[in-house]
Order: sequence, then C-alpha cells, then structure tokens
Amino acid sequence: MISSNRLPKQIEDILVMHRRGFLKSAGLLAVSFGVFGSGALERAEAQSSAAAGPHGPYRDPDYHQIDSWIVIHEDNTATFYVGTTDPGQGTGTCFRQLMSDELDIAFDKTTCIMGSTDITVDQVGSGGSSALERNSWPMRRVAAEARRVLLEMGSQRLGVPAAQLTVTDAVISVKDDPSRRVTYGELIAGKKFNVSLTGNNINRITGQAKTKSNPELKYAGQSLQRDDIPPKVDGSLKWAVDVKLPGMVHARNVKPPFACAKLTGIDESSVKGLPGFIKVVHKGNYVAVVCEREEQAIRAARQLKTTWTKPATSPFPSSEDLFSYMRAAAPVEMPPSAAESEPAPGSRPAVEGDAGLRNQGSARAASADSGIHVPPSRPPAARNPDMRAPVSGPVVVGDPDGAFSGAAKIIEAEYEIPFQGHTAFAGAHALADPSNGQMTVYTNDMKSYGMRRGIADFLGMPHDSVRVIWMMGPQGFGRSAAEDAAFEAAWIAREISRPVRMQWMREEETAWDTKGPAFLVKLRGALDGAGNLIAYDFHARSCDHNHVGYNEPDTVLIAQLMGSRRATPAAGSAAMPSDMYAIPNRKMVGEVVGLPMLWETPLRTGNLRDPNGPQPTFAAESFIDEAAAAAKADPLEFRLKMLKADAHDDSGFRRARSIAVLEAAAKAYGWESRPSPNPIRNERILTGRGIAYTFRGNTVVAEIAEVEIDRQTGHVWAKRLVCAHDCGFVVNPASLRHTIECGMLHGLSRAICEEVQFDTRNVTSRDWFSYQTLRHIDVPERIDIVLVNGDPNPERPDLPPYGAGEASLKPMLAAIGNAVYDATGIRIRRIPFRRERVLAALKTASV
Amino acid sequence: MSKIELKVNGRLHTLDVEPDTPLLYVLRNDLDLRGPRFGCGLGQCGACKVIINGAAVFSCITPVSSAKGEVTTLEGLSQNGRLDPVQQAWIEEQAPQCGFCQNGQIITAKVLLNKNPHPTDAQIREAMNGTLCRCMSYFRVQSAIKRAVKNMAGGAPKDAREVVA
Repeated sequence: MISSNRLPKQIEDILVMHRRGFLKSAGLLAVSFGVFGSGALERAEAQSSAAAGPHGPYRDPDYHQIDSWIVIHEDNTATFYVGTTDPGQGTGTCFRQLMSDELDIAFDKTTCIMGSTDITVDQVGSGGSSALERNSWPMRRVAAEARRVLLEMGSQRLGVPAAQLTVTDAVISVKDDPSRRVTYGELIAGKKFNVSLTGNNINRITGQAKTKSNPELKYAGQSLQRDDIPPKVDGSLKWAVDVKLPGMVHARNVKPPFACAKLTGIDESSVKGLPGFIKVVHKGNYVAVVCEREEQAIRAARQLKTTWTKPATSPFPSSEDLFSYMRAAAPVEMPPSAAESEPAPGSRPAVEGDAGLRNQGSARAASADSGIHVPPSRPPAARNPDMRAPVSGPVVVGDPDGAFSGAAKIIEAEYEIPFQGHTAFAGAHALADPSNGQMTVYTNDMKSYGMRRGIADFLGMPHDSVRVIWMMGPQGFGRSAAEDAAFEAAWIAREISRPVRMQWMREEETAWDTKGPAFLVKLRGALDGAGNLIAYDFHARSCDHNHVGYNEPDTVLIAQLMGSRRATPAAGSAAMPSDMYAIPNRKMVGEVVGLPMLWETPLRTGNLRDPNGPQPTFAAESFIDEAAAAAKADPLEFRLKMLKADAHDDSGFRRARSIAVLEAAAKAYGWESRPSPNPIRNERILTGRGIAYTFRGNTVVAEIAEVEIDRQTGHVWAKRLVCAHDCGFVVNPASLRHTIECGMLHGLSRAICEEVQFDTRNVTSRDWFSYQTLRHIDVPERIDIVLVNGDPNPERPDLPPYGAGEASLKPMLAAIGNAVYDATGIRIRRIPFRRERVLAALKTASV
Repeated sequence: MSKIELKVNGRLHTLDVEPDTPLLYVLRNDLDLRGPRFGCGLGQCGACKVIINGAAVFSCITPVSSAKGEVTTLEGLSQNGRLDPVQQAWIEEQAPQCGFCQNGQIITAKVLLNKNPHPTDAQIREAMNGTLCRCMSYFRVQSAIKRAVKNMAGGAPKDAREVVA
C-alpha cells in the first residue's frame, strides 16, 4: 500500500521549523514557502500540513499585531493570513488583490492563507456576502499600515525622509535617485513588525495609514485569474476530503429510520465479523460505526441491526399537507426577555427587508434610511450573530386600512414556497485528530472559528485545546456552517483515541441536512381608479422554528440525538421584501410557526444561501406583477412609476440605484412595453418574459427571464436570463460575473426544480432523482450580465464594495414566475414550476 | 483480501483489497489520488468519474475487480507536463466555483470531445446532463467545452500552462 501520509519536503521543512518554535510568535506560522504563483495549492498544503505542527495550546493569533496578518519573506514575497474562507466565489484572490495594492507588492509575489484558527486571525469565516463588504477592510488597513511602517524603516535605512521615497513592487527607492533602494524583504524578513494596531474589534482594526482611494488601486478592479482554479482543474488541490493521517479510521453514521425515533437496541453481532470492524459508538439516539477502511465502514453502517420506537404522534405533516398545516398553526410567541437584550457584538449591519432584521440598532437606522417604519425586533441569539430575529410587530406605513376601504380594486393572493435543501454536492465530512490530548479538525466549514468554539464546548475542552483547519470543499451556502460531521468526528475520535474521518452518505445528506424554511405569504393590494397601487398588505409565515445556528454545541444534530435540549429553540424568522416602491400605505407582518416536533428531525432549518430572502421576494415581486396585470400596465413601467413617484432618496441612493438596475436590465434585454400576459398564446411552445428586482443588503439586482413552456409536457425552459447588478466597487469583474451567473442559475434551480418531499415521519426526497436540481439541459441559451456599478454620488470618490455572493439568486424565482404567467396567463403561486405542476395548471385553465 | 492488479495513469499497481471494493476508494485511499471524489456513491452525480476504455465511468459503483483496462483520472489527463486542452480551456474560462464537481465535468467533457470533436450545443447538453453541479457552474462549463473545441481545432495552445503539481 502506498503511504498516504508523506508531505512534500517543502512542507516538512516548514513543520520542522515550526516545531522548533523558529520565528514563532502569537501562533504565527512565519515561514517562507519559497515557491510562489501557485497560491491555492500552497495554501492548501500549508493548512493541511498543520497536522504535524505544534501540539497546542492553540492560542488565537492577536489581531492587534501586523505580524498576525502579514509576513514578508527574504525573497521579497508576502503571505497574507486572513480570517475568512472562500467557498468558491474567488474572494481569496480578491483579498490578495486588495492587500497587494495596499502593501504595494506585485500580486504574483503574494499568497493568502485563510480560515485556520491557530494561524489566522478570527474574522468569523465567510457568510452573509460579507467578504469584500466587511472583511476586506481590516485586511486593507493592516496592509496599508505595514506599508507605512516599511517606508519608515526604509527611511532610516536610506537616510532619506519617507516623503522622498516611493514604493514599487515591494522595493523602496529614493524618488530623485532610484539607484538608492531597499526591498521589503531586506528590511523585515526574519524579523517581526512588532507594531500594534488599534480598534476594539477586528472589524475596526486600524493603524495610522490611510487606505488608497479607488483610482490608486492597481490590481483591484482587474479580472485577474482566480488562484484556486488551476489546482482544482489539474487534480493537485488537497481538499478537506483528501487529508490522511497515520492511524486514521473511517466512521459512518447510522441515522434513525424516522424522525424523533428512540433507540431501543443495537445488535453488535450483526457487524462484528466484518472485515476491518473496530467499534460501534453510540450515546442517546446517536449511533455510528468505525472501521479501518472507508468501504468497510459504509458496509458496516448498512448492516448494523438496530431497533427503534416511533414517537406516539407524527413529528410533522406530510409535504402535501404542509401549507394547510402552516395556515392553521399558531405563530411562535417570543419570550419577553429576548426583546430587551442587547444586540450581539459582531452582528452585521442589516437593512430593512434584508432577510430579516438582525438587530434593533440597525433596524432603526435602516428605517430612517428607507422611509419605512420598522419596529424594534428581537435581537439575534447571543452566540449566533447572523441569526435572524422574527419580526414581532407589524411594519406600518400610512393608513393601510383606510386605503383598502376606499380602493377601486382589491387583489389578493397567497404564495407557497416549500422547504428547499442545501443538498451539498458531497455529504458533510471532516477528519478529527485527538493526538496529544488536543483536537485538530480538518473541515470545509465556512465558519471555522465558530466551529472551534462549538466543538470545544461540545466536548468540554478548553477553546485553546481545539483548532480547526479550513480546507476547500463542496460549496458553502450555509450548510457548511452548521457542520455536523466535524462534531461527530471529534466526539468519536475522543472515544476511540484515533484520528477519525466522518463522511455523510448521499441519502443521509439530502434527507438530514439543514433546510431552507417553507414560507406561506398572503398578500393584498389596493388599486385606485388610475391603476396605482395605493395600499399593500404583506403577511409572511415561515416554518422556521428551531432554526439551527452556526456550529452550536447544543443544536448541532449529534447534540440533538444525544438528548441536548436548549430551553428556548431559536425562533427563526419570516423576512420581508426589500424594495423602494413608493406605496403610500403599507402593512407588513412576519410570523414563524413550528412543526409539532422540533428536535431530532430532518426538517430542522438553517441558513440557506440568502437565508429567507428568495421566499418573500418570490411572493412580493410576483404580487407586484399581479398588481401591474390588474392595472393592465407593463410590469416594468409599473415598477418604475412607483420608484419615480417619490423624489426622496436615502444616503445610499437606494431609489436611484433601483431605477438604474431596472432600466439597465430592460435595455440589455430589449424590453418592449406591453401588459402581461403575452397576447400570443397559440403555439405549442408558449413564450413569456418576467422581471423582478430586489435589494440584498446594499446590493441591488434586477433580473429578466424569458421562458419557453411546452404546453404538451409542461416543461419550463429559461431560454434567456438577464441580470443588472449593482454591488458598488468591483474588485474582480470576471469573478463577480461568474458568481452572479451561478447565483442566477441557483435561483432558477429553486424556481423550477427544488422541493423537499416528506411523509409524516421522514424526508422521502433522498437522492438526485427524488430531490431534483438544475442540470446541464436546463441551462439558458444566453445569459447577459450588466454591472451597473457607477457611484450615484459624484461627491464621493470611494465607492465601497458591497456583497455579491447571494444577491443574484434572490429575485430570480419571481422573474421566472412572472415569465410563466406572461407565457400562459396563469399565475402559479407555488414553486417549483415542475412540469407536472405546470401541466396541471395549464389543463385546469384549459390553456 | 486478494491481490488485484490495476493500471492507473500509466502505472501498474498491485493491491491487496476486497474485489468488490468500489474503484473510487481504491483510487482515493490506496493510490492517494484526489481527482475522483465521492459525491453520491449512487452513480448519479459524476464526481467520481474516471476514464476506462474511452468511456466515462462512475468509479463509485464500479467494483475494483471489474475495472478491466487502464484507468485514467483527472491527474492523468496532462501529457508531458502540459495540461490537456480541456483543462486549459477550463482555466481560461474560469469555469469552477467551489470546483468539487469539476472532476466529473472535465472527465465527461474529455470523453465527449474524444468521440465528437465538434459537438453541437444540444449534444453538449445531452452528453453533460448526468454530471451535476450544485454551484450551478453549468453555463461556464459549457462555455469551457466550446472553448476547448476551438483550442483543439487550432492545435494545442502554445502557452499551455505547466502542471502545477
């Protein structure tokens, strides 16, 4: 058998140095890798090789020290250490672009190490599309400060005031005499900066230097190739699934055969004779088997005989009965104490309608900005800063009741959005190494820092006895921040005192991953005699009670199965639409309902890409189209009229930017004015177009879909998609376009394919046939993306970057739904638009 | 356990594994290859694909004993230290998001283009349809295939990138 544990010589050398404590400070891996230009590979190797590194404790790198962020090597290259992760949108390359610019070093002389808790500062990891909008700023300020300090050192070395020096590609030279020069490497390699930064949290960390203005940036703004793509294409990248350690074994779970089942017996004799069998481990209702080899563990898990009892009542209704259940259910009451607590530190600024309100302060700020009154809402759970809070009271603008009573026409609709899965491309996986009484976890968890705390708390270990090493894995999108496998691997590793690799199987992942909650949205609209939408009543209800957080030791699935019960389950959220329409009278309410049983079920909810954004946006932007159709108005013009009706704009130019993206999308598509539906509906293939727009955070998106529907099969094909996207300053246009494009198709997949199906005890959609996803055959013929990223404020030189990892997904469901209506004249108020549903609607309407 | 001979990427290996062991686990765990990956274990997604006798095969459902003929994995596509034109097109088109599925995308595309160097758009969609991507890189993958067709029609690109590993 080929040894799989040997590391490249270069990496072993690093480890030898590391063990000796050479250049070690503040948990810093301060070593030169020698070879540059293959950043991702090197990064992965460096991260995976930490296996044989120091034996703990694993103290947090001090984010107040430049040395924790930047190391400059003898060969005048630099390594950046940042506390985020890149789940595949190219943000790691963007960080290098920005930090290279601020440091004044050639991009190809840098590399970037991300998300490993013992060697990179804690920036939480990735999530909420915050990589560039929030996380890149401390990186930039530290790099700018490092440049300033190096210039000072250069000034001393060359005996020339810093003002008379210039820097190009990490070489400091005298402006008037370029022959007098010194490199960064000559000044600092092998030494530490020893410069303290200020700022009471990592997002505020700063030195004395100012960051560059946008026109001064050289690499940012360019479509540089992503550094992670070549090793992903040639097979050389070491992923989290590829880590192997001496003595490691393989574990597989034995899941309860139905939700809320109680384990009554395990017959170990059913697997004892199997080759490679090591042990059955179990506690409460959690069961797993451990074997020497991977295929042996898979076989043993399938063969192990266990007995279980069913709960007395069904844990949930079937997917067919879900919406009638949700209609009848009582909303979750919020504990009064929660409304009084302070917002959690680190909770990101939220704006009205941005998938729920994250804390009171920002909700108030947003209400001032948007002109919409937003009531105080429950702050997020203390340990879960990104957790949404349900909106308890109604958001009221104007006098909706009065406006409805005087309306010329009232329209009503109810939209149904089913549970949708993360269904990550590969099941949850991790490797845990319990050597030396510590715990090292190799994972693709996008929030590795929270995982480290979660696992330490779960195992009752000190936080600095645990380190989490982030490596690349299948997508992110929220599932890999509620990472069950790593907790399981760590628990089993401690039980058997060997490194354990855990991998969820396909059926297990599709059935038992965290779900995006189902929504039921009731809407009413009042039109006046001229066809203006004068009042709007939005009432969302989400099935989101016990929304699990990020790597929480008492809500992760193994904890649930072992009997952990948090006193108050997370209340989840029901989010509101995020638009700038001047509708004079509005009432918006969000409520959460729970399923009969909240724990140990495969319908636990979690943050799914743009958490709780696509669902209310599908309802709201479909309903605007219904109002336009009722007014016999063109749907684009109907929207623009509502945006132009009020001359007021906020400090973020949200109204002007809304108009700009809608007009840009319409122009790119070649939109011709007419009301929906399409008057031509005679052919076998029905054609239609739909438009939708929304904000996500500070980013605004308008999308147009053109669909073809086969009237005989009900098949919906999105033939053409258009997106106009404004996320402020663009760091890497090509990466941004690709992220937008893939987000659009993710939205298309949720619009036409994805739906979790279940009976009253189990999720029944468990593989890629029963849980449908977009495929190659569904891909549009043409996709146009317009980056509308100009600054609407000519007085402001520095347009900042806003988040772009999720926004393009959000309005796509409604754009497709509106196109289906345009093509057929039938408003299907439930997604996904699968062919049997479309066919049934066509037949009912005799189209 | 029993002795099994397996030729992978030009090298012959003698392995001591159960004959019904899925080829995927032998490639990954015994031969330490990273290209083929576990995605579903059901032959539904394509993450595990390898080339055997010119066909794209799901290694997750192929017993190692039934793998007759040389196995080519993602790592074996490069020739003389140069990436295959398909891989080169993938980089030029910046096709992946997370990239976890791209082994299957590239292997399937390679087999398609070996059989049909000038596929129509419809033939590309059809041939690729069983290969899934949850980041939804499909449009970009199809663009990369079309770029590879162009690159190959013009001979191997002179600036083909050297293999990183």
